[in-house]
Amino acid sequence: MPGIEWQFTLVLLTNGVMIGLMYALIALGFVLIYKATDAINFAQGEFVMFAGFIAAGASDLAGAPFWVAALLSVAGMVVLGFGLERVVLRPLIGRPVIAVVMATIGLAAVLRGGATLAFGGGTRAIVMPVGDDPIELGPVMLPPVQLIGAMVSIAFLAAFSWFFLKSRIGIAMRAVADSQQVAMAMGIDVRRYFALAWAMAGVVSALGGIVWGTMLGVDNQLALVGLKVFPVVILGGLDSILGAVVGGLIVGVVENLAAGYLDPYLGGGTKDFAPYFLMIAALMLRPEGIFGRRRIERV
Amino acid sequence: MFHRESGVFKTSYAADMALYPLPIAKWAVAALAGLFIVIVPLALDEYYVSILDLILIAIVGALGLNILVGYTGQISIGHGAFMSVGAYTAANLVVHLGAPFWVTIPAGGLMAALVGAVVGIPSLRIKGIYLAIATLAAQLIIEWTINHVPAISGGVQASIQVPRPSLFGTPLESQTQLYLFLMAFAVLAIVGTSNLARSRVGRAFIAVRDQDIAAEIIGISIFRYKLWAFAISSFYAGVTGVLYTYYLGIANYEQFQITVSIDYLAMIIIGGLGSVLGSIFGAAFVTLLPIVTRWFLESFGAFIFSQADLANIIPNLRLILFGSLIIFFLVVEPEGLNRLWRNVRNYFRVWPFSY
Repeated sequence: MPGIEWQFTLVLLTNGVMIGLMYALIALGFVLIYKATDAINFAQGEFVMFAGFIAAGASDLAGAPFWVAALLSVAGMVVLGFGLERVVLRPLIGRPVIAVVMATIGLAAVLRGGATLAFGGGTRAIVMPVGDDPIELGPVMLPPVQLIGAMVSIAFLAAFSWFFLKSRIGIAMRAVADSQQVAMAMGIDVRRYFALAWAMAGVVSALGGIVWGTMLGVDNQLALVGLKVFPVVILGGLDSILGAVVGGLIVGVVENLAAGYLDPYLGGGTKDFAPYFLMIAALMLRPEGIFGRRRIERV
Repeated sequence: MFHRESGVFKTSYAADMALYPLPIAKWAVAALAGLFIVIVPLALDEYYVSILDLILIAIVGALGLNILVGYTGQISIGHGAFMSVGAYTAANLVVHLGAPFWVTIPAGGLMAALVGAVVGIPSLRIKGIYLAIATLAAQLIIEWTINHVPAISGGVQASIQVPRPSLFGTPLESQTQLYLFLMAFAVLAIVGTSNLARSRVGRAFIAVRDQDIAAEIIGISIFRYKLWAFAISSFYAGVTGVLYTYYLGIANYEQFQITVSIDYLAMIIIGGLGSVLGSIFGAAFVTLLPIVTRWFLESFGAFIFSQADLANIIPNLRLILFGSLIIFFLVVEPEGLNRLWRNVRNYFRVWPFSY
């Protein structure tokens, strides 16, 4: 029946867009760090998980209301971002790529172990003070949590786009990313902006953690959303905020369509596989992504 | 015969490249061989020998990864998947054709080498973080493929039972027999890698790592050597996968997930990039870390924590230790355990008259 088929596609598309915007939020943290410091953060998923644990722990253990828990999570992640930049990342400036990659992988292990050790292995819930009743838009039902997540994403993506284009700090950050030496010569304190970038990534991760944690529940599986960050940023371009949005939307829509249409034939799990397939194609054809800056470099 | 030099007195390249720089090195190798081939299997309990088995398997894999990462300077987060390719190739050969180990091990290695070379093709176009992410994608795609193609995975649960290999008609049942069997491959891998590093190919790898443009200008085909590095490294990984499958008695993709790729990367970083000895140290260290952590906490932690707490603490503490050690070595001693070992050796070189 074509009518039902059409509705099914619409549902998949809407879900894809909502999830895609939420992916974009997490990818934003990744892009911020890459844009400002040229470092790749393989622990982005663990950042999100850790933020979720702080929020869930605060409301579960101390009985804090949602807003307090959210603020605590943001504050905690800012401190964590500053701290990690100082202790782990700063000594690695100027070292080969693999050193930074492995350091963030190590960081991921520490965060995963530390969070489970501190907050226990069970799944905790974050309860947003919004209803559970889905909002109906024609044939599509949207859980309010997803809607809020998508709105938060859009707001932050817009804010950060403005920040990098217009604000003094944002312009300084772009200068640092472009050439650290020239930035230093112009009187920009490079290290300060590195630390700031990690702190900002912490804020974004905290929001991601709260939104995703509300939707999925908080346990160490939450870190797995981090694996989706790579297709998103590669497709969109590692250093582009707009790219994070577009990449997020593509990945969200593709994985939902794949799950809806291919799973019956391929036997499940296509959702996790399809974005990576797309990513390989992007790497072969256009490694800099859709909106990334092309760097001419001999390989 | 037992003397050591007090400084660097090499006057020719041949002397610099020699495997045994001094007569004492031969004696040291002979003593180590005696210790590990004769005394250890006789003296140690089955349980400890089984731990050594794991270390031997890890040595092969770590050496392979070090060829790619340490010597050639490429990144792979997909080595666990290459191991699974070897493992399933061997398991299918054993189950369907009843192939002996001297068929399955090369076959597993070659199949992994083929897959590795295909995954390595993007390295000609991309490098650094992009390559890291591409190999990560390869890891996930290979995992998914094995899990979803029954012809490879043997149907439900994606696991295939594999009997122990047999030598001259007798299956290697005990851990000690398996230990000697694995030792042969570990020694082969160690000698092979040491010689590779001294050969034309190995020097080309190092040139590609240090300055790829300069390497190309002096006539090294980057295309060829990057693919070679991926292929050789994946061959080692494939062999590791087959050996591990024989050790476990079962081929299962869950034994080769991304955490395994990360474990092996940790081995070569903790041990020392671009060093054979470092790979051995790293393999031993990373294999022993969870075992020692568990043993320590189970023996001494019981005074402080309840059993239920311990069950939660042990795996998480292991993760924390693992991650912090990676970071520690990267930040403080990028050349790894191998460097620490050399420091100790250099201290004793002219000891006690070090002035």
